[in-house]
Amino acid sequence: MSHARHAAVLGAALAALVLAGLVSFALQPYGIYLLSLWAVYTIAATGLNLTLGYAGQVSLAQAAFVGIGAYTTALLMPHGVPFGVSLMLGALGCFVLGLGLGFPALRVQGHYLAFVTLALTTLAFLVMRNETWLTGGIGGISNIRRPAGFASGRGYEFLCLGVLACVTLLAWWLLRSPWGRAFMALRENPMRAASLGVDVRAYTLLAFAIGAALGGVAGALYAPLVQYIEPSPFSLDFSLALLLMVVVGGSGLFLGPFLGALVAVLLPEWLRFLQDYYLVIYAALVIVLLALCPEGLIGLAERHLFRRKGRA
Amino acid sequence: MAALLAQLLLTGLATGAIYALVAIGFSLLWQGSQVVNFAQGDFVTLPAFVMLGVMGYGLPLWVAMPVALLVSLLVLGVLFRRVLVQPMLRHGVMPLVIATMALSIFMENAMKNVASAEAYPFPGLSGGIDLGPLFLDWQSAVTLLSAVLAVLALHLFLSRTRTGRAIQATAQNPAVARLLGINVDRMILITFLINAALVTLAAVLISPAYLVKFNNGEAIGLTAFCAAIIGGFNQVRGAVAGGLLLGVTETFAATFGPDQYRAAVPMVLLIVFVLFRPQGLLGRREERRV
Repeated sequence: MSHARHAAVLGAALAALVLAGLVSFALQPYGIYLLSLWAVYTIAATGLNLTLGYAGQVSLAQAAFVGIGAYTTALLMPHGVPFGVSLMLGALGCFVLGLGLGFPALRVQGHYLAFVTLALTTLAFLVMRNETWLTGGIGGISNIRRPAGFASGRGYEFLCLGVLACVTLLAWWLLRSPWGRAFMALRENPMRAASLGVDVRAYTLLAFAIGAALGGVAGALYAPLVQYIEPSPFSLDFSLALLLMVVVGGSGLFLGPFLGALVAVLLPEWLRFLQDYYLVIYAALVIVLLALCPEGLIGLAERHLFRRKGRA
Repeated sequence: MAALLAQLLLTGLATGAIYALVAIGFSLLWQGSQVVNFAQGDFVTLPAFVMLGVMGYGLPLWVAMPVALLVSLLVLGVLFRRVLVQPMLRHGVMPLVIATMALSIFMENAMKNVASAEAYPFPGLSGGIDLGPLFLDWQSAVTLLSAVLAVLALHLFLSRTRTGRAIQATAQNPAVARLLGINVDRMILITFLINAALVTLAAVLISPAYLVKFNNGEAIGLTAFCAAIIGGFNQVRGAVAGGLLLGVTETFAATFGPDQYRAAVPMVLLIVFVLFRPQGLLGRREERRV
């Protein structure tokens, strides 16, 4: 990709954030909540995109990492720990857990990371549900306060967008650094990258751990957003939903998670008349999209535009 | 105490035999066509619902079973391959893996919409026979027996018949198999059909105990993955060993350990195995392919 195109992608991402901020002035509280949720999902999906889209490994643990971030914030803030610190601690915890889990799983070829992360999500869910002394069990934790100065719906949305902006810049810098370029080489052809001296396992592991940390950041934002957490949003279903967000938008594309999260937030609202059939139809649409164009909606749009240009 | 342990071992082996059936199908698909089927658990739930549907017309189980088998062969065998796997494989393995996850969401929610979220009872065998201190219930006995027979038949088919060996050759190296004049496409189709038959048998055997519910597949599928990996992914024997090991461990853990962590047993075992013995109990190390 050329420099200009890289810059254009970053510009588009930041423009989307500014737009989300401006639009909120015309929205009801529920719309503002949806936009905040979009920002949270985008952060989690961007983390997953590092693992899935760039390192080419399926992770089913993103829901668990979001859960760990959310519970860390919910548990620490009442003890006077500032929001920023608990966010960092949650992210750090996820990073370390990601390293510990990814290290053995990535020694083996194949889809071992998928299975190990599947196990982690199930285990984390059981701990959240059963360890009532810590997590409140199925009763959950209520009255999670938002940090001072960001208590209103719009204020908190700006905080979410601000954190998303930081994450965007970080991910953009990461992927353009020499480190990131080695990373892309890895995705294109792991064997060739290895023969050129790229330590495939170390890069994949680091991608997974950074992705996990971003899951933690998303969780830290999620808890004060909804102000009440319990185990069920962090089950395997949410991991699958996040994976689908990445592939719907376009896995391995910088803007993919932005679009995928938008679809995941808005589509259920628009298709509310489908009621219980929503997930059936959504899942079927995703399968069709994958069969037609595995690069997701952005890939589909690019292909279409390119073809137009070619004809003209 | 010894009697209790023997009793638990028996129950565990019966449960494990069902896990083994599902895990074998999972391994076969993986070997035969690189399909990691994340909807494998839901593949067990579908024939169970088909059988309940047929029995809803007042027909007996022995009529419902062949109907369910036929539907499975058609939908989970032929259609699954034609509609989902074949168009997707040209994009590589990753989109296919994600697509089977979407398929799982699709199947679970479709079954929920059709059959509601209720758990339906399923006819099984009651009673049993007293063997001194041991009580052998008919359901466990029949489960073990039919699973053993199925595995044995599959083993003989794969190792003794021409078609079976052709399937193995296809799994090991499709390119060479094709050079040797094997109809690779047909062999892969047979693999899918075997999987469809295995999940149907598993549905008959597991449903009396687990009832039939739209999301039962989550737990069954998870355990089957674990069984396949713990046993050694690239071997049918491995899947059997893994399934039995998990069935027994789970039964013992549920009796002597905290019940709310019963579902954690296969997961913890899986992580331990990936840490210390990634090739599984009986597996060989997989080699990298360029």
